[in-house]
Amino acid sequence: MEKIDAVIVGGGLSGLACAYRLADNDLQVIVLERGDFPGSKNVTGGRLYLEPIKPLIGDMLEGAPLERRVVRERWSLLGDNNSLNIDFTGERLRKTGHSYTVLRATLDRWLSERLMEKGVFVIPTKRVDDLIWEDKTVAGIVSGEEEIPAHVVVAADGVLSFMAEKAGLKPKMKPKNYAVGIKEIIELSEEKINDRFNVEKDEGCAHLFLGDVTKGMFGGGFLYTNKDTISLGIVIGIKALMERAPTIEAHTLLDDFKARYEIKRLIEGGNTIEYSAHVIPEGGYNTISKLYGDGILVTGDAAGFALNMGVTVRGMEFAIASGIIAAETILMARQKGDYSAQTLSSYEARLRETFVLKDMMNCKDMPEFLDNDAFFTYYPKYFPHFVEKVMWFGDQPKEKIGQTLWRELKSSGMMSFKRLKELYSIKNI
Amino acid sequence: MRVDEKLALDAFKADKESHIKINNDICRTRCKIKYCLFVCPGHLYTYNEENNEVVVEFAGCLECGTCKIACIEGAIEWQYPKGEYGVQYRFG
Repeated sequence: MEKIDAVIVGGGLSGLACAYRLADNDLQVIVLERGDFPGSKNVTGGRLYLEPIKPLIGDMLEGAPLERRVVRERWSLLGDNNSLNIDFTGERLRKTGHSYTVLRATLDRWLSERLMEKGVFVIPTKRVDDLIWEDKTVAGIVSGEEEIPAHVVVAADGVLSFMAEKAGLKPKMKPKNYAVGIKEIIELSEEKINDRFNVEKDEGCAHLFLGDVTKGMFGGGFLYTNKDTISLGIVIGIKALMERAPTIEAHTLLDDFKARYEIKRLIEGGNTIEYSAHVIPEGGYNTISKLYGDGILVTGDAAGFALNMGVTVRGMEFAIASGIIAAETILMARQKGDYSAQTLSSYEARLRETFVLKDMMNCKDMPEFLDNDAFFTYYPKYFPHFVEKVMWFGDQPKEKIGQTLWRELKSSGMMSFKRLKELYSIKNI
Repeated sequence: MRVDEKLALDAFKADKESHIKINNDICRTRCKIKYCLFVCPGHLYTYNEENNEVVVEFAGCLECGTCKIACIEGAIEWQYPKGEYGVQYRFG
């Protein structure tokens, strides 16, 4: 059977971005998606940062159904019964489309429709079961009874990537390198969202929570405003969840989070209309899979391209960029008529020149740094505590504020060697 | 809202055959903690004392993969549901 140019396994953002670039160059491409339509198996927090991918995407996202432009960045430290927030906004955020909240069933589906207009076959409800091998080279895929021979296979099949695993490119998945995100979509009118989050039409808010939300486990809570829904959820490290004593049923964490005073008012009157969960790569640079083999490239979550930077979490722009760079690599390989690992290795070389591997490399020590109980228990407990001490006016004359603060800083251990060492170590991350 | 009520909000197309296979010999002999019983966001795993076995309600699977990763003894054989089946997110 004659080979087509490329088979892309997975109609998520990296697979679709890859197909988009290939279609612009008239290659024969098939995208296989196991869901009813692209996006139907995807879950995001989440938001997409546009600036990093602007030089790469051309017109790909022109007219895309993005939800809201994030103009308000919030972080909260949640103690047991108090909390402290930072709320940032700025003209720069408001005037540029810096990042946008998105819903994947909407965005991915839209992008796949654009691809079909370009003549790309995006075939839904097709689970890919295996790779075809010729000697030691990947030469296509098997889906049910069908075989599709191709010069190159792009494993864009998400965090669990069975294709990268079958190709021997993916390290064994260890609990400490992954987290699970659990999310509800809560319906709320556009006006209510604008009012409750203090934003104007089409403007949105991204809010991360640390502390009591995960009961001391690695992870946090998130809230993103969409057009007329809210994405509210939690992320927990799988290893932390497994090791916690006493054990907690993962799904109850989100209920407890929703019941918090800080959240309750924000979602009041809103109906939950979807419940979802997805695994997230958390290992960073050190747990990225091998990115290429003979006749195969690995992109997006499948490769482990996701980055928890502590203050924000990124993934989708890495997926899109890696998909496009994979496409450019395939175009080059096609010109040479050679899809060997040696030729395809330029994929990794290119990624190293872009933010994809540069940012991941820069943050390579972040997972280890964040693997510290203090961020999930100690700091979220004490920062709100200090504020409460300073802001409480009781029936006795008020002590000097500096004196209160000094005593609390000392007695909480905030000035201990351990804490200072933590502060000192931020220069490395 | 109970977790089964939350799952009822999602669109599922259930296959007759489970995409999750559990090797209960491993559960019985090697696995003491049975992580699957509490890590699953759908709370789909239960332990049947009578038969001394772990069972999963695969039809409500959100396809996240947490159990596959948490089952460090390798008792859970997990693959994606066949095309046409499983959860279909409308928002994602």
